[in-house]
Amino acid sequence: MTRSLVVPEIMPRVRVSALDAYFGSAHAVKGVSMRIVDRQVTAIIGPSGCGKSTFLRCLNRMHETVPTARVEGGVELDGRDIYARDVNAIAVRTHIGMVFQRPTPFPTMSIRDNVAAGLRVLGAARPSRAQTDEIVEKSLVRAALWNEVKDRLSTSAIGLSGGQQQRLCIARALATEPRVLLLDEPTASLDPLSTQAIEELVYALRRDTTIVIVTHNMQQAARISDSTAFFLNGELVEMDTTNDIFTAPRDARTEAYITGRFG
Amino acid sequence: MAPPIRPTLRQRAFSERTVRTLERRRIVSGIMLGVLAGAAVLAVLPLIFIFGHLLATGMSSLSWDFFTKMPKPVGESGGGLANAIVGTLILIVIASAFGLPVGVGAGLYLAEQKGSKLANSVRFLSDVLNGLPSIVMGIFAWQFLVRPFGHFSALAGGIALGAMMIPMVARTTEEMVGIVPVSLREAALALGYPRWRTSIAVVLRTASAGIVTGALVAIARIAGETAPLLFTAFGNLFWSTSLKQPIAALPLQVFSYAISPYDAWHSLAWAGALVLIALIFIISLIARFATRARFATGGGD
Repeated sequence: MTRSLVVPEIMPRVRVSALDAYFGSAHAVKGVSMRIVDRQVTAIIGPSGCGKSTFLRCLNRMHETVPTARVEGGVELDGRDIYARDVNAIAVRTHIGMVFQRPTPFPTMSIRDNVAAGLRVLGAARPSRAQTDEIVEKSLVRAALWNEVKDRLSTSAIGLSGGQQQRLCIARALATEPRVLLLDEPTASLDPLSTQAIEELVYALRRDTTIVIVTHNMQQAARISDSTAFFLNGELVEMDTTNDIFTAPRDARTEAYITGRFG
Repeated sequence: MAPPIRPTLRQRAFSERTVRTLERRRIVSGIMLGVLAGAAVLAVLPLIFIFGHLLATGMSSLSWDFFTKMPKPVGESGGGLANAIVGTLILIVIASAFGLPVGVGAGLYLAEQKGSKLANSVRFLSDVLNGLPSIVMGIFAWQFLVRPFGHFSALAGGIALGAMMIPMVARTTEEMVGIVPVSLREAALALGYPRWRTSIAVVLRTASAGIVTGALVAIARIAGETAPLLFTAFGNLFWSTSLKQPIAALPLQVFSYAISPYDAWHSLAWAGALVLIALIFIISLIARFATRARFATGGGD
């Protein structure tokens, strides 16, 4: 298990210990322990059905929203167990943003309202109108979308292209200043150019955000991540710096996967 | 280019047979198409006849007075159905105020708690309710809203109509909420939306255009109902907008004029029927527009 310690001297943002996730009786994630370092991009790779998305959904307690789903083990965010009894799953999700495989802009809302959607449920911490406008602009700038939409903020988000919609979803997730951003195959439904835009964005965001990205695209993991975890059949096979995983994997299965012998 | 191959006798006979078969199929296809088109036209023919007949017989009594004047006693000419038109509108408002929130709420519950025992029984019972003869709905309202108070009232009529709307609205809401993609729901949950807020701010809002259409269709259906009003709203020959008093309604007025022995009242009945059908027609048109608007903004992929 010591192998999962990527850079031991840095305090991890997220610490996962012996995490098990189930769908009914199906055991989707098996005893995974992992440390996710602050201001780094952590990529999770593995063949379809290896539990990488389920693992990601355990990090912001989205897994439990599926009927019959169950989680065991611990996930700590900055040293605090997010599965503790007194922790509210909804509060957890305001601190950990998530972007999905397909763009999910809210079709009835304008571009501006989409970005501000997460701010509206902050309760007492809800920003004023002027502050909201500021945050919307800042988030769109961070998501590298501002220049394309600044003149049409009040139009429907449905009018944007797929790649723009996905960047809008990233802006929406960034608006609440989450401590961690989870990306679940964010480019799987996009064309190469839009994919490139998202990859550049992720690469730039890691300066001030902790990012965990699930991808089935190994080149993508190699291009944009600092450390990479390889999942197989629900288990974490190996985790190391991206460079080491792709040049000197220690496990034979990792090597077989990254050299394209299966998956 | 290879030289053309001359067909053998057998091949030629075969191809002639094929041509004949194709010819026969084309004819059969044409006949069947004609029969089905005839059936389709036949299906809307009654509506065209009714509308045409109403235009022919009712149009002559339709004047400004019809919409603004009160009914005149027998023997006096002129007069209108202002009270019945206003009464019908009031009944629609009461019915909507009662039926829409309950129907939309029930539909949202049915969609969000799909598999639960309560949802399954509610879904089944609402289908039964949808098929319930409307006069039974009237008896129900009479039992609970007329008998205890000792008099007929607009409120009782509106509630009876609203009760008819509930199952219709509930099932359309359920369907419309059901087609909102799960990914949208998850996106809202991942932003920290509580479940109830996800349901209302995202799911219900996304489905709203479809729900509005369903609501308008339900209103169009109950606007012309007569049976549930017979012993609830009862009808009123005088001007009344009080919810506690019996109230006039177009279908009731048409009924009482139609069975009267006076020619003047008969023509008023025709005109009333024409106004009623026009009202339903307009509501249906608005519903169509609402649906179209939804599809216009819904695509974007």
